[in-house]
Amino acid sequence: MYSSEIILQTIISGLLMGCIYALVAVGLCLIWGLMEIVNFAHGEMLMLGMFTSFWMFTLYHIDPMLSLPLCLVVLFLIGVATYFIVIKKILKAPFLAQILATFGLGIFLRYLAQFMWTPDYRMIKNPALAGRIDLGGIFIGIPELTASVITVLSFILLYWFINKTEIGTALLATSEDREGASLMGINTDKMFALGWGIGAACLGVAGALMSNFYYIFPEVGFPFALIAYVAVALGGFGSIPGSFVAGIIIGLVEFLGGLLIAPAFKYTFVFIIYLLVVFIRPQGLWGRY
Amino acid sequence: MGGNKNKWIWLAIGAILLLIYPLVITLPFPRHLMIMIFLYATLGLAWNMIGGYAGQISLGHAVYFGAGAYTSTLLLMKLGVTPWLGMLAGGLISIGLAFVIGYPCFKLAGHYFAIATIAIGEIAQHWMLNWDWAGAAVGLTLPILPESFLNLEFHTSKMPYYYIAFGIFALTIYVTYRIDRSKLGYYFKAIKGDLEAARSLGINVPRYKFYALALSAFFTSLCGSFYAQYILFIDPDSVFPLMLSIVVCLIATLGGVGTVWGPVIGAYILIPISEFTRIQFGGGGKGTDLIIYGFLIMVISIYQPFGVIGIAKRFKKKESE
Repeated sequence: MYSSEIILQTIISGLLMGCIYALVAVGLCLIWGLMEIVNFAHGEMLMLGMFTSFWMFTLYHIDPMLSLPLCLVVLFLIGVATYFIVIKKILKAPFLAQILATFGLGIFLRYLAQFMWTPDYRMIKNPALAGRIDLGGIFIGIPELTASVITVLSFILLYWFINKTEIGTALLATSEDREGASLMGINTDKMFALGWGIGAACLGVAGALMSNFYYIFPEVGFPFALIAYVAVALGGFGSIPGSFVAGIIIGLVEFLGGLLIAPAFKYTFVFIIYLLVVFIRPQGLWGRY
Repeated sequence: MGGNKNKWIWLAIGAILLLIYPLVITLPFPRHLMIMIFLYATLGLAWNMIGGYAGQISLGHAVYFGAGAYTSTLLLMKLGVTPWLGMLAGGLISIGLAFVIGYPCFKLAGHYFAIATIAIGEIAQHWMLNWDWAGAAVGLTLPILPESFLNLEFHTSKMPYYYIAFGIFALTIYVTYRIDRSKLGYYFKAIKGDLEAARSLGINVPRYKFYALALSAFFTSLCGSFYAQYILFIDPDSVFPLMLSIVVCLIATLGGVGTVWGPVIGAYILIPISEFTRIQFGGGGKGTDLIIYGFLIMVISIYQPFGVIGIAKRFKKKESE
């Protein structure tokens, strides 16, 4: 039916896309693990990351790969600001109010971006990373490959940071037991702010990487955020390796489902896989709860 | 007892005012505004049955709205069935959907349930976008039929739509009131309050969750069919969007979840704001109205997490102290 080359090509494309999904999901996962709040403005933060990279390139001719650290810092600050302005006030609010507050923030940011920068689709013209590698008929895009490598490095760094450094351990302690951590002299307020900062910083990195090969427009974030919710629930809320594996699974399901069954329903397969997993294993693959 | 009597008098005055409103006010926009308020209040009330009383946060109610809109429209276009029967058929299909969706999803708690309902909403929307027989992404334009009650189409005046919307709204309020005062309502509240305790008291939890969702889906679906007949055009983006599911949930939250009048108050506050900002700032594709809308959603949820009824209750408590 399909030549093995096409299948292999699809698997590789799925893996590369899966890495991006994983990087988008891990920020969400971190925030949930820390304080049991789902950030429904996640996609819009990704969009801001992409636009930061776009404007650095368009206004100051700084290549996305060079502006990546800046995107990381900008998004870190946006994350911290979000915590202090919005999240801190709803920490003890009902679950429903938490969903709606972050959702409102998302709508606000999305249409603010549309107001300032119009709904046009934009692209970075001639970034430093371009072209593709030919492996005997199988093509790998260089920007996508770079993005995957950096994603894997980010995951290793994040894992190391959380499990091996003192601040990371404090973060972990806060997520395990808020009261206990606070009794041990950990400032939980600072930890929450840090969690939001790191969660958003991941989106800065993802945004900069994606701006190399993806269209940039105000509504770009939403589909990625939806996939991130699915990835986090699939991997288990709060599990970093879980969200990596879930991101990869989703990328593979999307691309293989699109190729073998019907391209129009590729996202449907992603959602169906999610539903099947949570019905059988409600806490997700690696969930603690 | 005096307070109770007063309540009925106020209710009667309110109903009479709403009934004479379209006779006094003849401009189309104020009538349209009230129709929208009735529609969204009904949606909020319907969501409140499962989300408010039974405490299961559904973020996929657009599925039932869309099912109602598409069922009545397809029956009308393909078989010439009157929209009234189509509305009923849509309601029954939505109850069926509630069973299929509820059966597996009720095992999930909190965020998992909420995200599963989002996923189902997205699946439904993707499905409809690709289903050629049902118009796919192009949508369905309803045939223009002679004005009549049976055809549920009126082209010269919005007045008949007003009374029909009012009727659906009144029915939903009545049913909510009955739920609130019945054993069923207490079962729902028990499930919301403490699942384990409810189970240990012998409440068949999955069954009562299904009853709540089925009632909720039925009334949501009626609104979908009404919407199709009122706008005379439907497509997956207008009747299946996630935004609709969120707005419905917002209306209930804004007024106060798990109360009879909460969603009504929510609709009376939110719909005028949304319609006026749309008219004032909506032009030019800049989305200014949605910036304001998003900002309001955020501010309301931060400062009034328990809704308007929550504020009122707090004041009452202070007075009595």
